[in-house]
Amino acid sequence: MRARVVFVLIAVVLLAAFPMVAEKFYLQLVTKIMILSIFALSLDVLVGYTGLVSLGHAAYFGVAAYSLALLAPSDNAANVWVTLPLALAASAAAALVIGALVVRTAGVYFIMVTLAFAQMVYYFFHDTRVAGGSDGIYVNERPQTFIPGLDLANDAHFYYAVLMLLVLVFALLAAMLRSPFGRALQGIKANERRMRALGYATLRYKLAAFVIAGTLAGLAGYLTAAKEGYVNPEMLAWHQSGTVLMMLILGGMGTLIGAVLGTFTYVLVQEWFSGITRHWQLLMGAFIIAVVLVLPQGLAGLARARARRSPAPRPPGDANE
Amino acid sequence: MSEPLLRADELSRRFGGLVAVDRVSLSLSRGEIHALIGPNGAGKSTLANLLSGELKPTSGSIRLGESDVTGWSADRIARQGVARTFQHTNVFPAFSAFENCRLAAQARATGLPGMLRDADRHEEWNSVAHAALAATGLASRETILAGVLAHGERRGLEIAMALATAPSVLLLDEPLAGMGPEDVAGVIALLRGLRERHAMLLIEHDMDAVFALADRLTVMANGRVLASGAPEAIRANAEVQHAYLGTLDDVLP
Repeated sequence: MRARVVFVLIAVVLLAAFPMVAEKFYLQLVTKIMILSIFALSLDVLVGYTGLVSLGHAAYFGVAAYSLALLAPSDNAANVWVTLPLALAASAAAALVIGALVVRTAGVYFIMVTLAFAQMVYYFFHDTRVAGGSDGIYVNERPQTFIPGLDLANDAHFYYAVLMLLVLVFALLAAMLRSPFGRALQGIKANERRMRALGYATLRYKLAAFVIAGTLAGLAGYLTAAKEGYVNPEMLAWHQSGTVLMMLILGGMGTLIGAVLGTFTYVLVQEWFSGITRHWQLLMGAFIIAVVLVLPQGLAGLARARARRSPAPRPPGDANE
Repeated sequence: MSEPLLRADELSRRFGGLVAVDRVSLSLSRGEIHALIGPNGAGKSTLANLLSGELKPTSGSIRLGESDVTGWSADRIARQGVARTFQHTNVFPAFSAFENCRLAAQARATGLPGMLRDADRHEEWNSVAHAALAATGLASRETILAGVLAHGERRGLEIAMALATAPSVLLLDEPLAGMGPEDVAGVIALLRGLRERHAMLLIEHDMDAVFALADRLTVMANGRVLASGAPEAIRANAEVQHAYLGTLDDVLP
């Protein structure tokens, strides 16, 4: 526990110091990774903590991104305080409507139904002229907070804003998962039937988790649209849902550190592989298979695997093994 | 005798062509242990699933206190004060014994669940969980993961979790299954102590325990109630002797 806190604090300090030494390219790369980390954290609430494997999580990411693109004026910067709440509300509303239907299903059906709904959202933006169709739509200027001294169009300022949001989301989720609500989610993942027999209205808990996850995915989508200045349907395609799921598997589901670790590893390894060959997906596939084989609990399982090798006695049959 | 807390009238449940529970009526009252016996496949667990809301009856009705709870969901019936244990141990193996009971106590909280405050800081649930574990003799095992507990201890944890939900009705599905003689004696003493403040249905194969505890006995076979009444009357009932107790005596030494 203490080691984990120290690890997180060191990581935050290193990330905070990074812009002082980084070139522009790497500054933007790490900004992108931190945004995707928020995305992966949001999916972890569903997959890692509630046991709901969603293959359509990009829909909520994309809905908020499109919300910013549609709300932003074409000739000057959008106001963060107006557009961010509206974008998050749009993602939350989409998650509420879709979630109310999908949380009634379980297992492989849940996977298929989340995918189906996400594809519907994808084709809505892809095939209609609402927001540029398959060409996408531009966000001409980065949104602004109108706080004196903070210019989000400046990459370093934007980096620190994203870092602050990542730390905030991480801290909120860490608190939520220890709270009565979070404990109930973990009980549902472990044994939903038993939770119902105890008196938990499990559908309501799962729906709440779905909306929270969708809203936080929306935050990541909003930041992506702000950073790239461009939104297209690929942002909510099933590729995107699959990629964030792979980041989570790589890092280790059911741990917040794993979600962030997996995102950093995935994007950095992707950068490295795509510098070697155009067919980097082949290498990435092999890499993920290797990690899953060696570390069934993902990279976050590394610390635990090391602890196991130490002579400290462990109870037999530890379900976490 | 007080008014029944839980009352089933003409309850039936079909699975396709099979009538697992066939027009069963029974009632549970506070201060009374109602034992339900019968051979395997008689429909006892199905009846427990109907009473707890895990299965919906095909016909018949269930009343809980003043309310008609027929067709209610399992979680809603549980929140109305009906707790159950499972024939096959059904605990959260990766959680500590304490967290199993703390989660059970938390289930009774009304209103929105806290989202940010640490669940372990809710003292009212902690003390309920501690008390439930102490009642089942697990006070010294609180920090052990449920999956690592000995079989008898896990059976005890099932009961502790039910108690932690502060129920008025207890549905116990073979709580003694697979327990050693010492554990059995402990559970019998525990159930005796719980009798006064709960209405209890005890499904059990251990006849010594049944006759030691039961105030009323219902015998089921092939989904139907074969006989129901005071334990002495059931023991003397020739039909029951033939259908159930007799065969058991033949099999057991």
